[in-house]
Amino acid sequence: MARSKIRKSSGASVVSGQRVTLNPKLARRSFLKLSAATAALTGAAMTTKLTGKAVAAEKKEAYIGSKKVRTICTYCSVGCGIEAEVHNGVWVRQEIAQDHPVSLGGHCCKGAGAIDMVVSEKRLKTPMKRVNGKWTSISWDTAIDEIGAKLLDLREKDGPDSLHFNGSAKVSNEMAYLHRKFAAFWGTNNVDHQARICHSTTVAGVANTWGYGAMTNSLNDIRHAKSLFFIGSNAAEAHPVGMQHILHAKEVNNAPIIVVDPRFTKLAAKGTDYVRIRPGTDVSFVMGLINAIITNGWEDKEFIRTRVAGYEEMVKVASHYTPEAVEDVTGIPAAEVTRVAHIMANNRPSTVIWCMGGTQHSIGSSMTRAFCILQLVLGNMGKSGGGTNIFRGHDNVQGATDMCILSHSLPAYYGLSDGAWKHWCRVWDVDYDWMVGRFPAKEWMNKKGFTLARWYEGVLGEVEIESPSPIKAMIQWGCGSNSNSQYNRVVKALNMLELLVIVDPFPTIASAVTKTDNVYILPCSSQYETSGSVTSTSRQIQWRYKVVDPVYDSKDDYQIMELLVKKLGFADKFYKKIKQVPEDITLELGSGSLTIGYNGQTPERIKKHMDNWHTFDIDDLQAKGGPCDGEYFGMPWPCWTTEHPGTPILYDVSKSVADGGLPFRNRFGLEKTYDASGRTENQLAAEGVYNPGSEVKGGYPEFKDVVPGTNWKTDLTQKTLKEAIARGMAPFGNARARCVVWNFPDQVPIHREPLHTPRPDLIPKYPTYEDKPNHYRVHTRYKSEQSPDLAKEYPYVITTGRVVEHMGGGAETRSNKYLAELQPEMYVEINPRLANNIGIRKGDMVIIESPEGAKIKVKAKITKRVDDKTIFLPFHFAGTLMGESYEKDYPDGSAPYALGDPANTVTNYGYDIVTQMQATKDGLCKVTRA
Amino acid sequence: MARMKFLCDVERCIDCGGCVVACKEGHHVPVGVNRRRVITLKEGEPGEKSISVSCMHCADAPCIAVCPVDAIYQRADGIVLVSKKTCIGCGYCFMACPFGAPQFPSGNVFGRRGAMDKCTFCAGGPEETFSKEEKNLYGQNRIAEGKPPLCAGMCATKALLAGDADVVADVYRERVFQRGSGVNAWGWNKAYKKK
Repeated sequence: MARSKIRKSSGASVVSGQRVTLNPKLARRSFLKLSAATAALTGAAMTTKLTGKAVAAEKKEAYIGSKKVRTICTYCSVGCGIEAEVHNGVWVRQEIAQDHPVSLGGHCCKGAGAIDMVVSEKRLKTPMKRVNGKWTSISWDTAIDEIGAKLLDLREKDGPDSLHFNGSAKVSNEMAYLHRKFAAFWGTNNVDHQARICHSTTVAGVANTWGYGAMTNSLNDIRHAKSLFFIGSNAAEAHPVGMQHILHAKEVNNAPIIVVDPRFTKLAAKGTDYVRIRPGTDVSFVMGLINAIITNGWEDKEFIRTRVAGYEEMVKVASHYTPEAVEDVTGIPAAEVTRVAHIMANNRPSTVIWCMGGTQHSIGSSMTRAFCILQLVLGNMGKSGGGTNIFRGHDNVQGATDMCILSHSLPAYYGLSDGAWKHWCRVWDVDYDWMVGRFPAKEWMNKKGFTLARWYEGVLGEVEIESPSPIKAMIQWGCGSNSNSQYNRVVKALNMLELLVIVDPFPTIASAVTKTDNVYILPCSSQYETSGSVTSTSRQIQWRYKVVDPVYDSKDDYQIMELLVKKLGFADKFYKKIKQVPEDITLELGSGSLTIGYNGQTPERIKKHMDNWHTFDIDDLQAKGGPCDGEYFGMPWPCWTTEHPGTPILYDVSKSVADGGLPFRNRFGLEKTYDASGRTENQLAAEGVYNPGSEVKGGYPEFKDVVPGTNWKTDLTQKTLKEAIARGMAPFGNARARCVVWNFPDQVPIHREPLHTPRPDLIPKYPTYEDKPNHYRVHTRYKSEQSPDLAKEYPYVITTGRVVEHMGGGAETRSNKYLAELQPEMYVEINPRLANNIGIRKGDMVIIESPEGAKIKVKAKITKRVDDKTIFLPFHFAGTLMGESYEKDYPDGSAPYALGDPANTVTNYGYDIVTQMQATKDGLCKVTRA
Repeated sequence: MARMKFLCDVERCIDCGGCVVACKEGHHVPVGVNRRRVITLKEGEPGEKSISVSCMHCADAPCIAVCPVDAIYQRADGIVLVSKKTCIGCGYCFMACPFGAPQFPSGNVFGRRGAMDKCTFCAGGPEETFSKEEKNLYGQNRIAEGKPPLCAGMCATKALLAGDADVVADVYRERVFQRGSGVNAWGWNKAYKKK
């Protein structure tokens, strides 16, 4: 039987092959020519089939009548261009976006599969609600009615602060702005998003140093660097397409690439120098570099004299960080400290790049400042090839941060002061007193809300909180909950909520870990099914054109927001100035966001840049000719007026302000007497430091009272901005960058041991802070948490990070079958020596236990990437826990392809002293064989 | 006439998998079949290198030589293609190929052998150009559209080059020349440090 089957099938394939008549070794076209010739010779009829083939061969397109739509990748902040080919309303394939000036057609695996955001079978298809423990489809009307009724009911009983709103870095600027505006109109500051656990310490530390908290140069500008210093960044996995500019500097400028990381990452593989550092000791190392630079006389004396404040006070602190002291703390050999300092001093300008490895610590806001001071000492600021190039994470986390979906500020970093509220009420054209009336009491307008890092404390009630109401409802809009440390506590809180609304294209893990009935999922379309602007890590604003209409029964962000706002009854005020979505929102947010110069980038200008990608020079990102002549790609903010070209490099005094130059911002007064030394210093820049064409040839304060009673930030007529630029001056003044941040607990960055340290002997010398009550409404432990005995039972350092195939909580990427195939399961990286010592072999299941008692069970990957004191976990997984699968708890058929234990279950307690950033990079754990 | 070639610059490849997914997504290649993959050597150690590998479209392709049913053929531009309708799925080509390029659909017990699948250099197959049949069996035919292969076009760092071998060689030569003298020049360590 079997024999005859084989014979049959092989016979069939020989027949169907028709090899006798074809010459398979010839190319298709030659064959056609040849067959025509043979036909003529032999007189064999030219069949209709062959004619048909000939016609098809002349055809030049696979999809006749298709159109190409330009948009921007929705994964990371590099902001790669995408050319989507759309045929009959269907996105049929991705073309190569060769003209895009940043990505030049490049994609990583995620971007190459961007189309899956729309076509993945795992997309949510209808609104859903859990009824009696089962996911049930409901209509949009029912969903919005029920959600709205419950919210209004809670508002009535417990006040607006019973709602926490987790917004998103994955939505457009316009939507991010609406998220923040929604919270304001609802009457709460309980609104936050992923930036809290991403670069909040960067924004706080960097903005407090020189004015703005964003990346100073651009990805393309790295092409001009003479050396590159990466600390806590794995760009090869997190920003793969940016690597082409990084490798350009390496190849063409012969620039050394120094990679400082606890892991020998894929980036380290491309580096020239690798420095292995103990997690959480970055301040010590960088202050050590600064000390080495100064003791060897390599500092930029003129730059420091004219543009830096608090230098002497900083030098005094840095002097404690001798190479030997640094070696003791960081594990980096003393000679290496001096050698790295020497490389950076001899290859200027050097650029400093950091990511989550430099931010997610209890002293994150000191680390980020240490990095800035290093660049100030070397005189690398405001220069092409230099700068602090802080790579952001999500595609629009820069924009969402700028729009301040943050519990401590209104859009554009205006803060929560009365002045800020009045400013935005003017922009929104609503009555300030009405706005006050939305809050439980006026004082709550000015007080920070809960953060994304610790909102769940407001639900659990286990620690002391200071809020008018516990949290009873949550809207989770484009945000995966497994990014939170102490994830088991998050799960507990999610199950205690009276209402949970998940708005996402894919069901996030929150839908599966909750067992309660009051959970709704609203299927939101992806960003390819809507339009709006998006800000890349380089501060460039790009336009996402809509590729296709929302698929299935999903709605785009704007539609969902409108339904919700209408139901909640403040639509007339909320949409007062918004008729056309999203363009009117772009204009409205721009008209108010004067601090960061979002006002010059009108929808028309942004779209013009998208349509003319090819006219921008990839070396300096300036359009050379064409419709955008002279403008910088994406008009990097601040873009002060609708004629301004954008600011490609922050604090660059070699260009006039009208051409994209700027000095350091005057933000911290005119004069300061330092606590440490008693010295009084003028905070303005020295004589002789000014942008070409400036009326004042030295430092000057910020502009105010051009229109009486206003300053450059609050003058909605924008006269102040225009006058400043006409006089060749920066609206925000011309000041010094400061090494001493007197409003921070540590005025000059100093090392403090992580709360959970593997070196208890260092605690007396480098102790953590005193406990902090009411830190973003939550009592936060420092000193009482730092125990010298912990390391005995939990001896290994746990650190987390990215893999290139997945992004964030992984709800999107794990729902892409190809990405899931490339990186299908959760694992832990363990050094061979440690593995042998504790009896673990490749592929064994191991249990990781945190000091908080949480456990995960994951597969061991034995690798030298980590050292024998540290283990590494990728943080993208969710969907199982300790052998139990939650697959059945997702809505039918929508569970991601790849599931795994969430790393953040075992990341430790620990939060930044300034921003409440979670410390996920330097905890402790116990590792045992399962 | 031009001969089509791939070249992967190992100094640039960062193992991001862009080429792998570009290929799979563009041609709807089933999970388990990898026309292209990235190989990493010495992972986590100094000297770690990654390279993207697929069918190399050999000038004198061993797969063509061993195929018992002559299912594999070479176009005049050097692209090596397979006729899936002719292929008997024997796997000889897989044994002959120095790069492990030929792929076979995976199955359950004993594996399921079907027609061989491999990189087409985005040039489809012997069926009618742009026909449904060609698309289903081989994916897009970008060469007929005058477009480069997806993997190289979408390479994040321009490590993977594809096209006319002469042009590819020129691009690579210029790149090596730009790397200049000094530690970053390709082969420098081998020549002078004898590592």
